[in-house]
Amino acid sequence: MTAVFDPGALAAEATDAILRDTLHGSHRGVVVDSPPGAGKSTLVVRAALELADAGRPLMIVAQTNAQVDDLVLRLAEKNPELPVGRLHSSDTDPYDKALDDLPNVRKSAKAGDLTGLSVVISTAAKWAHVKVDEPWRHAIVDEAYQMRSDALLAVAGLFERALFVGDPGQLDPFSIVGSEQWAGLSYDPSASAVTTLLAHNPELPQHRLPVSWRLPASAAPLVSDAFYPFTPFRSGTDHGDRSLSFAVPADGSGPDRVIDEAAESGWGLLELPARHTPRTDPEAVRAVATVVRRLLDRGGAATSERAPEEPLPLTPDRIAVGTAHRDQAAAVRAALAELGVTDVTVDTANRLQGREYDVTVVLHPLSGRPDATAFHLETGRLCVLTSRHRHACVVVCRAGVSDLLDDYPSTEPVQLGTLVKFPDGWEANHAVLARLGEHRVPFRP
Amino acid sequence: MSLITTLARLEACRTGCAQPAATVRHRHLSERPLVFVPLTTAGEAGAPLGALVGTDRAAPRLLAVPQPRDRDLRFAFLAELADAVLPYLDAYADDVEAAERNETDPETGKRVKVEVELCADAPQLIVPSRAGVDFVRLLGRSMRFRRTAEQDPETPYPAPPRVPLLGRWLTHFGERARVPGSSLLLAMTDVLSRHWATGQSTLEDQHLGALLAWIDPPEGSTGAEAALHAELTRDPGGQLLCPPAGPATDPAFDNKLLAPAIERYDRARTALAAAEDGLEADDRLGELTAAEREIRELVLSRTLPTWEKVWQGLDLLRALPDGAHVEERWTRDRWSFTGHRDRIVAGEPPQPRRDDAVTAANKLAAREREQARLEAQEALDDPLVMAGRRLSGEAFAGEVTDVVMAYSEGKRPSPRPLVTVRTEDRPHLGERAKVYRSLGGKPQAAEFVGRDGEDLLVLRVVDKMGRGKEPEAGSVPEKGDRICFTLFEHEQRGGPKLPDPEQTPWTHGGPPGEAAAEAADPTTAEDVL
Repeated sequence: MTAVFDPGALAAEATDAILRDTLHGSHRGVVVDSPPGAGKSTLVVRAALELADAGRPLMIVAQTNAQVDDLVLRLAEKNPELPVGRLHSSDTDPYDKALDDLPNVRKSAKAGDLTGLSVVISTAAKWAHVKVDEPWRHAIVDEAYQMRSDALLAVAGLFERALFVGDPGQLDPFSIVGSEQWAGLSYDPSASAVTTLLAHNPELPQHRLPVSWRLPASAAPLVSDAFYPFTPFRSGTDHGDRSLSFAVPADGSGPDRVIDEAAESGWGLLELPARHTPRTDPEAVRAVATVVRRLLDRGGAATSERAPEEPLPLTPDRIAVGTAHRDQAAAVRAALAELGVTDVTVDTANRLQGREYDVTVVLHPLSGRPDATAFHLETGRLCVLTSRHRHACVVVCRAGVSDLLDDYPSTEPVQLGTLVKFPDGWEANHAVLARLGEHRVPFRP
Repeated sequence: MSLITTLARLEACRTGCAQPAATVRHRHLSERPLVFVPLTTAGEAGAPLGALVGTDRAAPRLLAVPQPRDRDLRFAFLAELADAVLPYLDAYADDVEAAERNETDPETGKRVKVEVELCADAPQLIVPSRAGVDFVRLLGRSMRFRRTAEQDPETPYPAPPRVPLLGRWLTHFGERARVPGSSLLLAMTDVLSRHWATGQSTLEDQHLGALLAWIDPPEGSTGAEAALHAELTRDPGGQLLCPPAGPATDPAFDNKLLAPAIERYDRARTALAAAEDGLEADDRLGELTAAEREIRELVLSRTLPTWEKVWQGLDLLRALPDGAHVEERWTRDRWSFTGHRDRIVAGEPPQPRRDDAVTAANKLAAREREQARLEAQEALDDPLVMAGRRLSGEAFAGEVTDVVMAYSEGKRPSPRPLVTVRTEDRPHLGERAKVYRSLGGKPQAAEFVGRDGEDLLVLRVVDKMGRGKEPEAGSVPEKGDRICFTLFEHEQRGGPKLPDPEQTPWTHGGPPGEAAAEAADPTTAEDVL
């Protein structure tokens, strides 16, 4: 008898265990690690509905307004009857206008207006200003690895117990001033909320979701090995479940060839000649824009397990461009506008966290750089950029990055008492580059 | 490094002379700063070798430790340092003015205005380099938990009176120096490199001699040549002509000059102790005094050039006019100084070794706010800094080409004029992005509506136009005005109130418990020679 691997059963088993601990466990907290696209939002929605069913008042803490609005929409989609409160700021346009169409969602800038509702959702920044006499019985903290310890400190008094969900492989929270002074303290305010939580409560149950539904079979092993070496996961689909095809054949140019390579293998590296450049390297930016233009022009169609019979056209909203810096994103946007492309998402790794596309085009963080700083080496940055796609990922990069990595081993000072994160950015970058090297296409206009 | 800094550095390279990175001075400079040039002993963390200290350029006070590993001599040094520093601090503590502060009334829980004292001016400590700031912090930490014989008669090695107090003050200055934009304790290299861009790396800029050589090269030489000279040239005896600004000393100095001198001092001391009669003791005391004088002269020879350079740096900086917001930030420094003065007067214990969770989070939040505030204020105060922000797409300046009156919808329509600005800058404006301009020192917000051609931006002004239907005079830009908008906010909102330390939640380990009096670092074999 051969054991047949059933990702669905594996994921369901993990989810059941998480919900059991959340609803019936004796611990004050439950931590769930979720790799990219492993159904984190689905889990949050399901846990929220079950807690609401059990009659336990629930508050949900997310990190950005977009995440909050997304959760409200998902909750309303699953259970339109559920009374949900959306606590928002008093700025102009504080929430997505789509929420106005939901009859059971009440919106207010004052927590007092939302008492008695089954679920109240807001950002950590807004929750921090809320004062209550009696804490909520339950909370869900979403994207807990991107939340800073000091943000958790500000809201932890609002709830008795909580489910913390997040992706440990994505970008760590950061502060704009130095915080070495507190490095090594269990409550270092610049560390992630989960680091502090587990340092003080090591006995809390920790779960992880084992299956990525987003990443294709071609990407999951690389992302898992490079960024989650001790907590491997696999993809929910197999080779052949997804495919990407183009109506217009390649014209032999570099961008077309790299598109074909990525459609075939899931990865493509478009390599420009080695050169030190400013951050907004005009040649690389133009190459990124050309790849996007060709993706659209060539009439792409994506077949996946969601609709095995009918391929879906590759439209601009299914493509994203990822960069390390905001000025790079702005430069790519300008280059795309020149080519007449307007609806493709172009953003930095920080802002692409949690998003999903069919094809992503990435400007490599180290492309054209003379040095490898901690910012550009950060594991989470590369992990976010290389794990947003369902079908294929094209990386645009100058040659010579692996030499750069060898010339500049990481030199960050070692702080006593801090948890050393593995893998380090140096190692992860090498792992990704080695794999991309197998799908290299030199740039020829 | 921003694009404009890179350009300035390239230009400095090409011209061989530092380029201005600011047109005004962005840090407060006291009229009477206390300059402190410390030296430390190689291989002995926290063992001072000597220092020059004082407020008078012509009359620095020399302090030296002839045998830095001798605890008694080290205490004598610290006591002398306290004599030099504390009267300077005290002079500022007594001159106060009345001010108001918001406090929470313990009975009603409401925010009320309380009349308090605010020191009219605050002291300012200036050290040559960033390592000097760390050394001030280290001295503070090594002193503040010490006990004097008066505090605790049983203490094995009582500290001289006032040494723990100096430790608390130095700790406060060191901690305040971590707040962006603060000026209580300044490192000269940091302040100079904020105002000038040199043709060397930021690491090399931490050498005060080389940095000044770039900014103010001696006649007949380029900055690059002078900097190289400052870094490398040695006299025939192998000693650097421009000694490092410290606190670390040059190894050649340690090995060739200092170590033999200390050796001679040790020998003279042993000989004096072994003297058998008064006459012999007199002779040997003379030798000991000579040995001590020699070490003092060595310390002076390494600190005096740095002392002169710090004052030269002050001259250069004083030639720049004050930035408009410098005074406001200095007032915050005065509050900080007054606050610590009050804590000492109230008999509070010294600052703890480690911050608790709530204090750490509060400090981090405050510093992030100060950083954002500093960046905004520097840009508003200084067109050159603003040019850098414009170049990076975070601001734009231009001429108003058209103003169309429009009104908001609703029961009481408010003015929402549409302003078209012609600019050659290329700001990264997203859909409905908020932009701000300074209107009489207050930020006025506008909303990006769209582009009306390659270089024309249409904005909708949304506030600061008064309550009426017609905007107040002067509150709306007029055709032909030159205006500058920023994409960043000018003022910072206060953060949320964190729980009191006694209310620290379970996620952060719960309340820290009763504060126990902290002991000084235990004495080790190395401490007692």
